[in-house]
Amino acid sequence: MTPALLFRRRMTNVVMLSLTGICTALVLWVLFFILGYITYHGITALDWDFFTKLPKPVGEKGGGMANAIVGTVKLLALASLIGVPIGFLGGVYLSEYGRTNTSGFLIRYAADILNGIPSIVMGIFAYTIVVLPMGHFSTVAGGVALGIMMIPIAVRSTEEFLKLVPDSIREAGLALGLPEWKVVSLVVIPTALRGIVTGIMLDLARVAGETAPLLFTAFSNRFWSRGWLEPIASLPVMIYTYAVAPYEDWHRQAWAAGMVLLMLVLGANLLSRLILHRQLKG
Amino acid sequence: MVHRPGVSPADRLFRATVMTVALSVLFIAGVIAYELLRNSQLPIEKFGWSFLWRTIWDPVAEQFGALPFLYGTLVTSALALLIAVPVGLGVAIFLSELAPRWLSDPVTFLVELLAAIPSVIYGLVGIFVLVPWVRSFLEPVLSSTLGFLPFFKGAPYGVGMLTAGLVLATMVIPFIVSVSREILMAVPRSQREAILSLGATQWEMVRIAVLPYARSGIMGSVFLALARALGETMAVTMVIGNRPEIRLSLFEPGYTMAAVIANEFTEATSDLYVQTLIEIGLVLFAVTILVNAVARLLIYSVFSRVEVRE
Repeated sequence: MTPALLFRRRMTNVVMLSLTGICTALVLWVLFFILGYITYHGITALDWDFFTKLPKPVGEKGGGMANAIVGTVKLLALASLIGVPIGFLGGVYLSEYGRTNTSGFLIRYAADILNGIPSIVMGIFAYTIVVLPMGHFSTVAGGVALGIMMIPIAVRSTEEFLKLVPDSIREAGLALGLPEWKVVSLVVIPTALRGIVTGIMLDLARVAGETAPLLFTAFSNRFWSRGWLEPIASLPVMIYTYAVAPYEDWHRQAWAAGMVLLMLVLGANLLSRLILHRQLKG
Repeated sequence: MVHRPGVSPADRLFRATVMTVALSVLFIAGVIAYELLRNSQLPIEKFGWSFLWRTIWDPVAEQFGALPFLYGTLVTSALALLIAVPVGLGVAIFLSELAPRWLSDPVTFLVELLAAIPSVIYGLVGIFVLVPWVRSFLEPVLSSTLGFLPFFKGAPYGVGMLTAGLVLATMVIPFIVSVSREILMAVPRSQREAILSLGATQWEMVRIAVLPYARSGIMGSVFLALARALGETMAVTMVIGNRPEIRLSLFEPGYTMAAVIANEFTEATSDLYVQTLIEIGLVLFAVTILVNAVARLLIYSVFSRVEVRE
């Protein structure tokens, strides 16, 4: 081999490997830029009114998004009511009865496909099954949209955590004469419970930031929404409306809302990773 | 009486319950398809297949065609992949081949955080940071260097398909990184050792021994990213300019399928208008299902192959 060729090969090696490092640095820079920018603009815009006051009429300065914060909480509660039971039991089936059979494969595949359906399409679906029959936008419709979006991830993460429970534990239970349903519900599920709860928390954090499925289901509301049948405001939709509006003061509040939402979502992410990390170590 | 697991009535009930719930996942997927189809009958009857290649979008005259939105969706997604695939693959190679474990794991976590940031936040940063930057810097630079190409002609608006592509690229990179990294790490060690022992450099090892082995899995991650990009709504709606026209230049405002639904659904006044938007949703649904199905099969195939060989 000529020295020239060897030199060229070595150079290519150095150049290409450094490029991969540069790519990584670039992506990390984007992340920290977004976090930093939102935090900077959010902190300067955030005040106590944001958490306690209703939005002011167009043109008036000030006001807050108390109704949107409560709205997001109400929507998430409804979504959990639908997403958690279906996701949890579905995951139990996949892990305990559906590891190798066809129905297991089909359900797993359907969950992955469901997970890939664009959120705006989920919004249309909730519109057709809730808003059209009822005749108006409502909290329930938004909750249904988010709840269905929760299912696929709840199914898959529950399954993964149940699979981590060693088979020897199941066999020990059966050897003691416990019926299968007791082994699953009293031994296997409690063992994996922390992981399952964490997975559901991550799932909630994901749908908490969804905007598109709420636009024409929960719609929005500049006042308190009473009960569950009125349109309701939510943080993501408020951010969208305020960001595209031409008012300076609305932009300021959009940054504040953006920071609150980001802290909520990333906080849930960090917390759950921490819990999982500790569990895997311990 | 012998107590055999799996045959007592309580066991059967338990099993039937969880199975019914699990099957409801399949059922829901079916109902979504049915509802979309049922609620887009008006435009399907009126326009037929020509809906897909008509370019007119005139809500007042009730004349609708989906081509401008198909075009905008495809162009922005292609642009996003053009940026995200090389960068994402670079990051995945760095994380799986170069970085030591103590660096690789936290960096992967940070990259995956990008995927956790809500879409509307990307839109917010897009409107107030990226759009001005593209208008005052990127587009003038591109048009003065590559302006002879039809893609980089015209006035720099800031909002447009180029900006949408950039935002989408950022949003799909984490999907490419986390799946590709898993796939690259699943490539057997023997594969690497064999070529290193022949005197290959580390990059040659990656290019000749690792990447080809992982090819179908990496393709899977690309399809996964594509499906995300096709269906992404809020961030794109906020920066693409929302104009239903087909323009070759990436500087021009465009429109995507998801964006038109998000923007016009609550303003749609007639049944035909609403149902037309639902039909666009149906098309989007069909396309993303197809792309996702391919992605999942590709990814499953790599992991099952690796498991068999071990």
